[in-house]
Amino acid sequence: MSDVARHEYCVIALAEALRGSGEILISPIGVLPNIAARLAKLTFEPGLLLTDGVATLMANVPALGAEATDVIAEGYLPYRSIFDVVWSGRRHVIMGAGQIDRYGNQNISAVGDWQRPTAQLLGMRGAPGNTINHATSYFVPNHTRRVFVEQVDVVSGVGYDRARKLGAQAARFHNLVRVVSNLGVFDFEGPDQRMRIRSLHPGVELSQVERETSFELARAPDLGTTRAPSVDELRLIREVIDPKGLGRKEVAA
Amino acid sequence: MKHVLFRLASMLDKRMTEDEVVAQLADGMTLGIGGWASRRKPMSLVRAIARSKLRDLTLVSYAGPDVGLLCALGKVKKVIFAFASLDSIALEPHFRAARQAGSLEVEEFDEGMLQWGLYAAANRLPFLPIRAGLGSDVADRTARVRTVKSPYDDAEEFIAMPALTLDAAIIHLHRADQSGNGQCLGPDLYFDDLFCMAAKRRFMSCEKLIETSELCREGSVQTLRINRMMVDGVVHAPYGAHFTECPPDYPRDEAFLQLYAATAKDPEALAKFVERFVQPVSASAYREAVAQR
Repeated sequence: MSDVARHEYCVIALAEALRGSGEILISPIGVLPNIAARLAKLTFEPGLLLTDGVATLMANVPALGAEATDVIAEGYLPYRSIFDVVWSGRRHVIMGAGQIDRYGNQNISAVGDWQRPTAQLLGMRGAPGNTINHATSYFVPNHTRRVFVEQVDVVSGVGYDRARKLGAQAARFHNLVRVVSNLGVFDFEGPDQRMRIRSLHPGVELSQVERETSFELARAPDLGTTRAPSVDELRLIREVIDPKGLGRKEVAA
Repeated sequence: MKHVLFRLASMLDKRMTEDEVVAQLADGMTLGIGGWASRRKPMSLVRAIARSKLRDLTLVSYAGPDVGLLCALGKVKKVIFAFASLDSIALEPHFRAARQAGSLEVEEFDEGMLQWGLYAAANRLPFLPIRAGLGSDVADRTARVRTVKSPYDDAEEFIAMPALTLDAAIIHLHRADQSGNGQCLGPDLYFDDLFCMAAKRRFMSCEKLIETSELCREGSVQTLRINRMMVDGVVHAPYGAHFTECPPDYPRDEAFLQLYAATAKDPEALAKFVERFVQPVSASAYREAVAQR
């Protein structure tokens, strides 16, 4: 399986973040998280609920970029209902991050001084509500020191240090599952719930990850390489879910 | 039966033009705008505000080019928002420019908190408790919110999302009758009903203005999501959401969206854009300008 591309390792790692989810809504933001959620649903998590990105829950798993007529609807989920699902906790979101720190505080709001940012980003969107209510993972296609920062400029998504300060009761639904980047896979099972490297994608050196990260990373005791997709998973990714190869453009090879 | 319908219709004729809506607005008002990002925004009303003398507005919006255009033309003092996006271009360029110039007051919430604020206002409540915001910078930095403790045995603490009471709201629906019953034929109403219910003055534009008796020929009774208690003025505005999407009537105009976005980097292009696409008053003149671009 030496011809597995980097983005396919990202897909596998993101799909693995959803293992054990059962019957909940997955909201994957971006192309690779979308491929990953569809792969998980087609393989080890058939109970997952996915929308078409608008307001229809899809019973089937159409290819990325398929026509609306290829969707078999199993339900209706406009934004208001999605918010209800957020409050209920039956959801796992995979978001991006303009900045992320060692505790998993995430910034998609603004870079620099919030009053007058050097770069206005998207805005808080649903990050505060997502992170305090249900499982959250992050996907970062460009792992650099500019993204993996010592301290985020604005806290949109809540990290473990902030959650702890709220107390066990208020933070009981806070659950950062994984951070997947183009270099490796991370969790928050390090000392003091700090970010820990779980696996490196094949071809990535630990020193490279450390060089591209502004803070010290803990290491999993069994730190190894990200698992490769099986033959069947690779076929599903390439032929069923992403026949147009949209995922390939998302990360550097 | 027909007689009753006729009497109702003549009694409750709320039709008006975009400029008549603008005449009911005032400097410094807090204005809610329906739709979501670049989806079903009341753009003909937004353009009417853009060419008016109104200023110092506070906007509450799931923001797209509505907020961007009004920021670009100096109509806005403050924006209450959770994000600003054109969908196909992730970041709203004019809003971005205004933020980076430091020329705007802002209050930034989680998108669910905005819904809660509108819902509190709609229910005449000063606040609603919500978990979203706890621990993030929304709680004490980007927005002015306090917390509230549950009076029950759990004694849990929540954000007390303050009511977002609006002086006025503008929304765009697919079909409406002249008394203000609105029909949503698209995939999502977004929060248009809450914008109306949170506002003192409510204005709805529509793609097609039809007889009440025709509404249920266009779609099921479940598509009648806005009723006339929620609306003070109805504007017939064909193509009124352009260049945002208004399915099933029309998709987003991607080429026009690119043209609009490019004006954020070029004041001359913005001036030309305003002259060609904001100045035309009638729906037909606007549509012609768009067709000739």
